[in-house]
Amino acid sequence: MILWNYIVDRWDQIWFGSWQHFSLVVQSLILATVVAMVIAFLVYGSPKFSSVANGVSAVGLTIPSFALIGILIVPFGFGVTPSVIVVTFFAVLPILRNAVVGLQGVDRAVVESARGIGMGRIRTMLTIEFPLAWPIILTGVRISAQMVMGVAAVTAYALGPGLGGFIFSGLSRLGGANAIESVWVGVVGVIILALILDLLLVGLGRLTIPRGIRVKK
Amino acid sequence: MSKNSSTATGTSVSSRILLDAVTKHYPGQSKPAVDGITLEIPAGKIVMLVGPSGCGKTTTLKMINRLIEPTEGRITLGDEDVTNIDGDQLRRRMGYVIQAGGLFPHMTVAANIAIVPKMLGWSKEKIKNRVDELLELVSLEPAMYRDRYPRELSGGQQQRVGVARALAADPPVLLMDEPFGAVDPITRQRLQDELLRIQEEVQKTIVFVTHDFDEAVKLGDWIVVFSEGAHIVQYDTPERILNEPASSFVEDFIGAGAGLKQLTLNRVRDVELAEAVTGSPGEMAQDVLARVKEAGDGHAVILDENRRPLSWPSRRQLSRLETIPATPDAAIPLVTQGSTLSDALDTMLVSSAGAALVTDRRRSFVGVITVEVVMEAITRSRKASAMANDNDSPVGTNTGTIEVQGGTT
Repeated sequence: MILWNYIVDRWDQIWFGSWQHFSLVVQSLILATVVAMVIAFLVYGSPKFSSVANGVSAVGLTIPSFALIGILIVPFGFGVTPSVIVVTFFAVLPILRNAVVGLQGVDRAVVESARGIGMGRIRTMLTIEFPLAWPIILTGVRISAQMVMGVAAVTAYALGPGLGGFIFSGLSRLGGANAIESVWVGVVGVIILALILDLLLVGLGRLTIPRGIRVKK
Repeated sequence: MSKNSSTATGTSVSSRILLDAVTKHYPGQSKPAVDGITLEIPAGKIVMLVGPSGCGKTTTLKMINRLIEPTEGRITLGDEDVTNIDGDQLRRRMGYVIQAGGLFPHMTVAANIAIVPKMLGWSKEKIKNRVDELLELVSLEPAMYRDRYPRELSGGQQQRVGVARALAADPPVLLMDEPFGAVDPITRQRLQDELLRIQEEVQKTIVFVTHDFDEAVKLGDWIVVFSEGAHIVQYDTPERILNEPASSFVEDFIGAGAGLKQLTLNRVRDVELAEAVTGSPGEMAQDVLARVKEAGDGHAVILDENRRPLSWPSRRQLSRLETIPATPDAAIPLVTQGSTLSDALDTMLVSSAGAALVTDRRRSFVGVITVEVVMEAITRSRKASAMANDNDSPVGTNTGTIEVQGGTT
């Protein structure tokens, strides 16, 4: 039971790393959701810009996160800043795609009737279009959350916060004492956090998806 | 100014609408979608815009509330030039109803109706009272429907809520864009009757777009027939359009059976109803049959204690019965006094009875309408409308401004 001892000995460290990891992901997700929604709002009306946005989010996902964090160390140095940027960048992509699809899927007749009774452009967006597109946007947020949990681990390369440190330090001393245990703690910790966050997001959906669009006929 | 018109009578002059040489030209299209239309919508009347699809009738409607901005021309609401005022502000002063009501699915019925009053800053208490008042106006029990979501309602009910929402802030003008296009014929007929009843109460200036000529004849005080480019082919009363179509285009559009369409202009309450032998449940069938024979009728109408029709047995059916049963017969042909003769004729033909029972607003029995009465009405109204010739028709032309005549109220 070397692993068990390892965990018990470093419980404070693990707990702190987990919390940091979780916090990095959640804050970046919130930021990413806002950014994605603003971009989606700007592009969804135009087929040209929408396909550009979709293209960017498809291509963006092919960039290796490890490479991106490496590049970002040059202008931003080590630590939290490049980590937040990378995690947010990857989190934006699926949300953006879903937000564009979601907004385009809102019944035009509903939007037109909102405009027709005198709601302004912004008011229509905030009170009609986003709430109706929200279930689809939230699905994007869940996909993002799963994905960036892993990305956040990679940011340890830039000495960012979180569980990535356990993985990197373990891998660099592979064969040494407690090396494999350290990697295990990092990997399993990330999986557990991902499951917890997904549960929380499902709960958020229950609370925020308007009852009117959940009810059946 | 126009706020005054929304109070009390509502028939104030200020809710008259005037489109003055309005043109809509979409970039990249050689022909204008709407070509220099000058159209006067008299206050407190229902004006129907009809025409084939793509003729510009919807564009014309949407330029009234500036959902579509006109390229040229002026729009006047009452005495106020609204061509350049803030579009959102303007739209809050005009009700707008589209197909299926255009309700917001994530809001309750009450929240949907409350939107415009909320934007206008009404107090919570006032909004709540107004919502209940409106639900009652459109015949939906407030306690039952207030907190439902649009998806929990039938198409017809959604449409009613759409109308209630449009009327929420008591606007002087109501714009309706094929509102009853998506509901089944029976519901549509009922909604049309309902709209006419509501209009009797609220007296709004209503502009109504439809491609259904029968609907135009039934609902309109005036009908504008458009051809492509929103060219006005004829702007006249339903009677005159049916009797004196301005061109072969209008004739084609009216389609076959102009005589039958006349029926849409007359209501059951305008014609003389026949009396009928009545009976009540529990009576001896023999007695009722004797009365029927005495009166020389073919049927007896069985009424419940509120004089609502239950069944309509024939002599033969009566002769087979011992006592009159209390079971209601869902298949009896029923029309109300407010129904058009056309609807009445439909009902008779479907039931193959050659007659229908007429009830009043409280669903009590008032008499029997027969095919002969309907036929007589066709002949009569053809004669009458051919003689009518009034001079206060509203203005409606294309290209070039026409001075507005004085007495157009």
